[in-house]
Amino acid sequence: MDLSTFIQQLLNGISLGGLYALIAIGYTMVYGILRLINFAHGDVFMLATYFAYYLVGIYMLPWWLGITLAVLLAALVGMSIDRVAYRPLRNAPRISALITAVGVSFLLENGGIVVLGARPKGFPRPEIMGKVYTLAGASIIGVSVWVPVLTLLILAALLFIVYRTKIGAAMRAVSTDMETTRLMGVDIDRVISFTFALGSALAAAGGIMWAFKFPQINPLMGILPGWKAFTAAVVGGIGNIIGAMLGGLVIGIVEIMIVAFLPWLSGYKDAFVFIILIAFLLFKPTGFLGEPLKEKV
Amino acid sequence: MKERNFRLNLALIVLIALSVWWAKDRLNPYILRVLNTAAIYIVAAVSYNLVNGVTGQFSLGPNAFMALGGFTVALLMLPLPQKEMVYFLQPLIWPFNSFSLPQWLFGLSLILAGLVATAGAFIVGVPCLRLRGDYLAIATFGFGEIVIVLANNAISITNGALGIKGIPEYSTLPWTVGCAVITVLFIRNLVNSSYGRAMKAIREDEVAAEAMGINLFRHKMLAFAVSAFFAGVSGGLLATLITTVSPSLFMFTMTFNLLIIIVLGGLGSITGSTVTAIIFAVLQELLREVEAPRTIGPIHIPGITGMRMIVFSIMLILLMLFYRRGLFGKGEASWDGLFALPGRVREFFERLRRKEVKSWTRTGIESHDQ
Amino acid sequence: MDKDRNRVARSIDTAVLRDSQDEILKIEHVTMKFGGLIAVNDFSLSMKRGELVGLIGPNGAGKTTVFNVITGQYTPSDGRVLFDGDDITGLPPDIIVTRGIARTFQNVRLFNGLTVLDNVLVSYHSRIRSSFLEAVFRTKRHLEEEKAMRQNGIDLLRQVGLEHLANEEAGNLPYGQQRRLEIARALATSPKLLLLDEPAAGMNPEETRQLMKFIQDIRDKYALTILLIEHDMHVVMGICERIRVLDYGISIAEGSPVEIQHNQRVIQAYLGEEERAYA
Repeated sequence: MDLSTFIQQLLNGISLGGLYALIAIGYTMVYGILRLINFAHGDVFMLATYFAYYLVGIYMLPWWLGITLAVLLAALVGMSIDRVAYRPLRNAPRISALITAVGVSFLLENGGIVVLGARPKGFPRPEIMGKVYTLAGASIIGVSVWVPVLTLLILAALLFIVYRTKIGAAMRAVSTDMETTRLMGVDIDRVISFTFALGSALAAAGGIMWAFKFPQINPLMGILPGWKAFTAAVVGGIGNIIGAMLGGLVIGIVEIMIVAFLPWLSGYKDAFVFIILIAFLLFKPTGFLGEPLKEKV
Repeated sequence: MKERNFRLNLALIVLIALSVWWAKDRLNPYILRVLNTAAIYIVAAVSYNLVNGVTGQFSLGPNAFMALGGFTVALLMLPLPQKEMVYFLQPLIWPFNSFSLPQWLFGLSLILAGLVATAGAFIVGVPCLRLRGDYLAIATFGFGEIVIVLANNAISITNGALGIKGIPEYSTLPWTVGCAVITVLFIRNLVNSSYGRAMKAIREDEVAAEAMGINLFRHKMLAFAVSAFFAGVSGGLLATLITTVSPSLFMFTMTFNLLIIIVLGGLGSITGSTVTAIIFAVLQELLREVEAPRTIGPIHIPGITGMRMIVFSIMLILLMLFYRRGLFGKGEASWDGLFALPGRVREFFERLRRKEVKSWTRTGIESHDQ
Repeated sequence: MDKDRNRVARSIDTAVLRDSQDEILKIEHVTMKFGGLIAVNDFSLSMKRGELVGLIGPNGAGKTTVFNVITGQYTPSDGRVLFDGDDITGLPPDIIVTRGIARTFQNVRLFNGLTVLDNVLVSYHSRIRSSFLEAVFRTKRHLEEEKAMRQNGIDLLRQVGLEHLANEEAGNLPYGQQRRLEIARALATSPKLLLLDEPAAGMNPEETRQLMKFIQDIRDKYALTILLIEHDMHVVMGICERIRVLDYGISIAEGSPVEIQHNQRVIQAYLGEEERAYA
């Protein structure tokens, strides 16, 4: 193995990991606030690609408009899921909301199969993503350049929202202590809605870029990336946004490296993610950056 | 009173045994198949309920444990010539290529299936249940996906995506119903004992349970392991009922079905899971009709695949939102409750006439633990 | 066997126990930090067998944190806890309770879906000897254990005056009875030291008076040592022999009720004007 292939694969890993990070943030924010594993999150990721597919591929909207609308629609879907399925269960035993989450996820997947069709659809690719660049003698396809760059920009924007805006401060306050924040006069439901919208928008952006990379979309495409992204959130320290980014990168790099350097194990690449999850739960359950979540006594 | 209940229970079991003995050669294969499926669902659902309903932990793993059990039984019971025929892509690994258990050891193979599944439960349970258990859902879900990945890739053991065909059809009504009765009794006795009380305490309040001396990990793990054992058995029964196993048989849909059953029956209610397992097996057959393509005269209606699952997911969400207690709540049907039923029905209509009834949930057939 | 222990304990003159000078609990320099927040700072306390000590202080002073450190919910950042001469620092809660420390919670934490009797029976479970398989196959030993447990549970409920509610769901009890049941559940673990976290919170004066009598009764009946967090000064001043005052995680005073009532620092930090009028 020479250095340039290694670097090439590392970049691929970072690129894939960035997408996991985008999904993982939605999981980690919701979990941080509600202690709820939002199983439907991976399906919002899937839906966004279909929104973009119909808006751009079928209704021929320009890319910038189609993507913006798709992301907004996904945010709306995320918010509605919370409003309809989770909010009524805020004071119910936690297992109730989890079961509902599984129900919503299954509904979106099977609804997708019935309405959108089980057969995979070819996802269009904007020109810039298919363009081949030559860089220091190596040729790189546009996706490999632009996806990481866009991911980075989105993550920067997210950090700005969370750490530099009023609503971001409210989100952090709610996840530290919901009751106290409520007493301070913050509208908790609004903050939670915003969290769902933001998380879903990120997953949507991730989904569309995912479809640029792997231009085949189907109603079940959100399951595995979603699950891996949750694992990434655990690895990074659940509830911690920077941790989710870090975890996403680790999972992405490990996955690519296994395929690249241990090709006879590539069929088992998902199993490695599972092993990472188990290993972290055993030896570092708080993940890289997480704090121990102790139940208030 | 206790004496009477014991006799009634005994009578019920004898009645079941007699009907099974009568039915097994007389009913048509289609009905038998539905009955067998219902019994297998009872084994899987009642054991699943032990974790999710009684102990309050959220596992999404029964499909994985059923897969482990199903493949174990298939590997043990598939006749040698059939093994040679099935594994044409890659030969089956030792020792499974050198033996096959005779029919009279079918029971043993089911127990082994349960044990293999239990081993799987320890792999997932030990890391997850030591913590507060929130990650159990995600880890069991992952485990299910991984078992399917392994089943698809470990061709020299599982024959990959093609699966294993030609498993002898040993799951007759006496076996499936027998296993269902054993499972229900086993789990009922466990739940009604001090151990079951500890599990329920964990469901109600982990912090308080621990402060009263309950070792959280040990009791969650106990529930999870027992549950996996019976899930493994049910997987083995399923394999020998439909005579094939393949990775697709044990996809997440299986777990989803079981989730519907235990939620509809009432999380924590053994009788509830038993009754709804039967309802579900029948309902699934009826809804199969919805999906089937049909031609009425010149009009051809294509079947809508996936429709069933949409109906089920909406049902699950609505149940959680509006009817969380399910048919039986946390309670059990008991003989006392059953005998009191006519009186309560009368009382219900009496109150209905006087317009005092606020909701249906106040009267039901649920009653206290025996 | 716990029954025997109670009987033995009861037969010994509790006054003798209270006079004996040995320490049952010794907290040495405990500090508890959460991130940057120091909830309890260098806290030390020792309790003699049979004492009834009050722990008071304004909201957020770290009183409940002290309880959580003693019972193992939290492992202290520094310092140690000795119980009956053994170092129990950092042991998990389920082990500590078997050593003989039981507690109640600030916001009642009953097993709401279980019956009153079952709530109490849960506390006996850690002492069960038969395995889960014996439970499933209903061996003689297990059935006998269950029977003995049930009998003890009913006896205990009778002693605390809840016998008539044994088959009610705990969540349906009125608030005062829930508090009482929570204490009964703690007693079922056969504790030597009982930690009560604001037992009078939310009670009306009549309920409070009954509670004070109840606490004194159980202390005598079960030869208990009691540490009590309470905001209701009538309760604290009425039944505690010694009072410790916490403020911002730091001990600021200790003494008899009379001493505390006249301690300037306490009055400044905590009691305020209207409480001074009471004193």
